[in-house]
Amino acid sequence: MQAAFYLAGAVAVASTALMVTRLNVVHALLYLVLSLIAVAVAFFALGAPLVGALELIVYAGAIMVLFVFVVMMLNLGDEASEQERRWLAPGIWRLPLALGAVLLGGAVALVLPGDEAGAVQPVAPKEVAVSLFGPYAIGVELASMLLLAGLAGAYHLGWQRRARQPEEEVRDGLDTAGARPAAGRGAVRPGPRRPPRAA
Amino acid sequence: MSLTVIVQIALVFVVFTALLLSAAAAVYAERKVAASIQQREGPNRVGPGGLLQPFADVIKLMFKESLRPAGADRFLFVAAPVISAAAAFAAFAVVPFGASTTLFGLLDEPVRLQVADVNVAVLVVFAIASMSVYGIVLAGWSSNSKYSLLGALRSASQMISYELSYGLSLASVLLLGNSLSLTEIVNAQAGTWFGIIPKWFVVLQPVGFLVYGISGIAETNRAPFDFPEAEQELVAGYHTEYSGMPFGMFFLAEYINMVTVSAVATNLFLGGWHGPLLPESLGWIWFLLKVAALMFVYIWIRWTLPRYRYDQLMQFGWKVLLPVAVLNLLVTAAGVVYFGA
Repeated sequence: MQAAFYLAGAVAVASTALMVTRLNVVHALLYLVLSLIAVAVAFFALGAPLVGALELIVYAGAIMVLFVFVVMMLNLGDEASEQERRWLAPGIWRLPLALGAVLLGGAVALVLPGDEAGAVQPVAPKEVAVSLFGPYAIGVELASMLLLAGLAGAYHLGWQRRARQPEEEVRDGLDTAGARPAAGRGAVRPGPRRPPRAA
Repeated sequence: MSLTVIVQIALVFVVFTALLLSAAAAVYAERKVAASIQQREGPNRVGPGGLLQPFADVIKLMFKESLRPAGADRFLFVAAPVISAAAAFAAFAVVPFGASTTLFGLLDEPVRLQVADVNVAVLVVFAIASMSVYGIVLAGWSSNSKYSLLGALRSASQMISYELSYGLSLASVLLLGNSLSLTEIVNAQAGTWFGIIPKWFVVLQPVGFLVYGISGIAETNRAPFDFPEAEQELVAGYHTEYSGMPFGMFFLAEYINMVTVSAVATNLFLGGWHGPLLPESLGWIWFLLKVAALMFVYIWIRWTLPRYRYDQLMQFGWKVLLPVAVLNLLVTAAGVVYFGA
């Protein structure tokens, strides 16, 4: 189990580093997904299968699919990669690297002294639930209120958009006939690259 | 190496092969059932009654050239079908399909008929199912084709929408079974009420079963929810640009996902391997029969119902299925608290 934990940790660190340095957004997102899966595996190795499964379902499964969905819908293409290349200049790395080094130092200092963290002690889902809805009930309630506010807000925004819809529908209908392709930016551009231009 | 370990490794191979064969059988059944619904014969040339047709199809797929569009993302185009197939196989690993057995006294300690016994098996199935969307989404994006991309976008939004009610219908069964382990949930369904009604959770959870079934069909992209590959609008959706074995892998994944959804439904709602007449050691026969029955319903629905419109799908998912699933969960929770089950 120790080996599995360190292996998963190494994969998580490597894929996160690759995620930051990728120029193509979809590739970067995939490395982020891989990093989340690696963290889930680390949870499994530490004897917390519930947290591992939730990590997969909530982060890798639901949230990242939404990210991928939006990125694919925007489908940024070569221009965005070029911009990304300019932004990832070597000079930009100095401050994040320094801050990361401080964090790493803290983490090393925490791990170094004792090895009592080495023992694997499985935590059953029920214990998680009991502490969540026992001493931490107020936190759960606050989180649910926050989510409810978010839900109400999203509903409100969606409602306003709906009221204007008929007008937009007509405009889009005219648009797709020629205006939008002529402007050089279609609503949906397929694939990772633009199709090869005819010679 | 003890005999138990060898048996467990053998079990992995048995499950893998059985899944492959079940996909072949499902394809054959699909074509035969479709044919009889449409008053045709169906495949009848290869082997007796066309039984060898799926194998002929697989051989054909293997020898076909697999093409890659010029503008495709090279790595992801190849990886997408692999992700799909791998996720489909992986999900079945935690599904138990029979009671513990000593293989007629051959082993010292009983072996569970299950590849991996995880105490949160239900959540693992759910997690891997939510991973399988990446195969489809990446296939659509990396193909560099309009139809593929639209199919993939539809698939992503459909799976996100129906995953919620899928999860909530699972949760109501977890409340009844009082566990996250599929084995314990199945064992909670042993026995009968009044000697005739089996103690299956479908009796206590008819609404949950219905919600699970509908969102299971939507999750596996089957008709009437097969928008990601709606051929009249999207050619073939996310796998438009695929041919040969990569296409075969998507095909395989679809059928194995159906088998997994049916197997999980059998375990959660239909009492798993528990049934009358047969002894506990032959319970896996009941399991197979129940899964086969659910697969038949799957196929039956596909060839009977026309496809919905896309907005109908979303309206239904968010405005009907999700509230029903939430209500069902609340009522179940109240019932569990009241009756102390």
